[in-house]
Amino acid sequence: MLEAILALTALAVVFGMLLGFAAVRFKVESDPILDKIDAILPQTQCGQCSYPGCRPYAEAIANGEADINRCPPGGETVIQGLADLLGVDPKPLDEEVGEEKPKTVAVIDEQTCIGCTLCIQACPVDAILGAAKQMHTVIESECTGCDLCLPPCPVDCIEMVEIKAEPTTWKWPFPDNRTSPGEQA
Amino acid sequence: MSNMSETNRKLWRFPGGLHLEGHKGLSTGRPISEAPLPSQLVIPLQQHIGAPTKPLVAAGDKVLKGQMLAQPEGYVSAPIHASSSGTVVAIEERGVPHPSGLAAPCIIIDTDGEDQWCELTPHPEYKQLDPSALRNIIRDAGIVGLGGAGFPSFIKLNPGGHTAVDTLVLNGAECEPYISCDDMLMRERPLAIIKGARIMRHALQARNCLIGIEDNKPEAISAMRAALADMGEKEIEVVVVPTRYPTGGEKQLIKVLTGKEVPSQGLPLEIGVVCHNVATAAAIYLAVEQGKPLISRVVTITGQGAVAPQNLEVRIGTPIDQLLEQAGGTRGNYQLLMGGPMMGFPLHSETLPTTKTTNCLLLAGDADLPPQSSAMPCIRCGECARVCPAQLLPQQLYWHSRAREFDKVQDYHLFDCIECGCCAYVCPSSLPLVQFYRYAKTEIWSQERDKQAADRARERHEFRGFRKEREKAEKAAKHKARAKVVKKDSGDEAKKAAIQAAMDRAKAKREQSAPKNTDNLTADQQKQIDEVEARRAAAEAPAPPAGETSGKEEK
Repeated sequence: MLEAILALTALAVVFGMLLGFAAVRFKVESDPILDKIDAILPQTQCGQCSYPGCRPYAEAIANGEADINRCPPGGETVIQGLADLLGVDPKPLDEEVGEEKPKTVAVIDEQTCIGCTLCIQACPVDAILGAAKQMHTVIESECTGCDLCLPPCPVDCIEMVEIKAEPTTWKWPFPDNRTSPGEQA
Repeated sequence: MSNMSETNRKLWRFPGGLHLEGHKGLSTGRPISEAPLPSQLVIPLQQHIGAPTKPLVAAGDKVLKGQMLAQPEGYVSAPIHASSSGTVVAIEERGVPHPSGLAAPCIIIDTDGEDQWCELTPHPEYKQLDPSALRNIIRDAGIVGLGGAGFPSFIKLNPGGHTAVDTLVLNGAECEPYISCDDMLMRERPLAIIKGARIMRHALQARNCLIGIEDNKPEAISAMRAALADMGEKEIEVVVVPTRYPTGGEKQLIKVLTGKEVPSQGLPLEIGVVCHNVATAAAIYLAVEQGKPLISRVVTITGQGAVAPQNLEVRIGTPIDQLLEQAGGTRGNYQLLMGGPMMGFPLHSETLPTTKTTNCLLLAGDADLPPQSSAMPCIRCGECARVCPAQLLPQQLYWHSRAREFDKVQDYHLFDCIECGCCAYVCPSSLPLVQFYRYAKTEIWSQERDKQAADRARERHEFRGFRKEREKAEKAAKHKARAKVVKKDSGDEAKKAAIQAAMDRAKAKREQSAPKNTDNLTADQQKQIDEVEARRAAAEAPAPPAGETSGKEEK
């Protein structure tokens, strides 16, 4: 009887130490699920989800504070991706946060711009180039189309322009159920 | 035909494939004729796989035939040249032959009818040139693969760090039905092709050179063999391969000729083989030995809709409707396709320009295209897998593409699919299989682009956070430093002195700049002023004694 108790106690101590050591030795610094969620989000940094950027939203999802359907730029693809990752059912985009829109970039009307730098300060990805009392311009390739530069502009000289399809970035449409002539190939 | 059994070379077989009706005789009855010079050329800035080009000319510039119009903006790119002399009237978006039907930037030239060449620099002594110098000449001549894909040729002539190239394969198989431009070129210009092959061999330092031609082109085979014999060329061999679609696929032809298989998603160079189209060889000959850049190509115009099907030598940028007119016009109902019935795509307009990759214009009547019917559910017969020349599982690719499972579809090697269309051709349910694969491919590429953009945005956003923190810290440090300085010499004396000095300066300035209209007066005016001043003084004087006043007046 006593031997059994001693043996079990000894085992408990040994495993306890092992687990304690493992907890210190293999400590995970950041939440791995957080990075995975962040990787799915489109990084528009628009704040439409009511969080100040994609990473804070990812944190809120990881902590179970936010739903997965609050990212309008990501739309259905992101919701599906998050649902697959987190093992939950996908749901339609929350109407409260807006709707999925075609991708846009900001374009500054350089004739009207007064060089106030307000948009430069608002841009979450530093995609606007300019200085005080100098004309500003948008680095198109870096613009995420977040719309955040629109409200601060005092002269309304920024316009969001839909990204035009080019032959090089064009996508074949999802085939319909009927074969159309000539596309049998 | 006796010529054809000349070699006993061992041939291999690629898996799958189809025997298709050739329909080549339709367009081989007439010799290659030159399409007339159009009044306006529309030359797209991008006619190749890879990076776009940057225009070197502006609207209003006069250009000569062969002059470079646009230069490459990356490594995988090729310059564009003027197909004739004339004036650049615009650089603007125009419709281009592309499945999307979208517009792309083009250089528009109004031709002057003189067709005057710019200064050419031929290199007949290319054997003395370094292979890399030779590649630069070929690059500057804007030569891209003329078999269809339009990959810049100089890259495929660079063995890079790989071991020596064992075999250069010239692709004269031309397996797709209806297309006959390579066939006619081999019949009529075998010398140019063979000379081009010699140049390529020199650039690659390739040990062997094989020209693969399908056995349904006996005239081309005998013309090429006769030319080789005339030139005494023993190191280049014409190999007759059985007619089977898609033998003209690069990987398939290499398998048939050498028995070697190109690794999945790999390049032929990895197995010591390089494959070029015969028309590309002819273009390289013109570029190197005559200094002429790629400004024209042979285009097949065929199909039931063409009155006089034939091959035309066409300047790049010629509108398609002019070619159709040249080929006797059109008849009946037809659908205009660029390429053949298997891999071609419908064009949205007949006014589009021809490009470097326009090999065939098929005016397809109903009988020219595989029979149409609406798609039915897949019955899992497995015919598609049997005919797939890339040994893929088309059914699995179909399911996963349809379900938008892009990871899984790549597990089934979607990117090894050459879009030959064999699977769709044999599908008893008429499923548009290739369209699903194309959809999945472009969707995956698009996601890849989005992901790269997102990664960049994340990085920039994080850097912005870091920058704002840094600026805050810098500002705080500055404030601290300034506060100290102000405290040090905040003595009232210094401030007052500074204010006084500023006021003095302002006063002096005011005095200096005050207008003085009393300078430089005539004697009369001075006299008048004096009188007025005197009167004013008198009036202002406190009531003087009467006598004095009168006395003054008397004066």
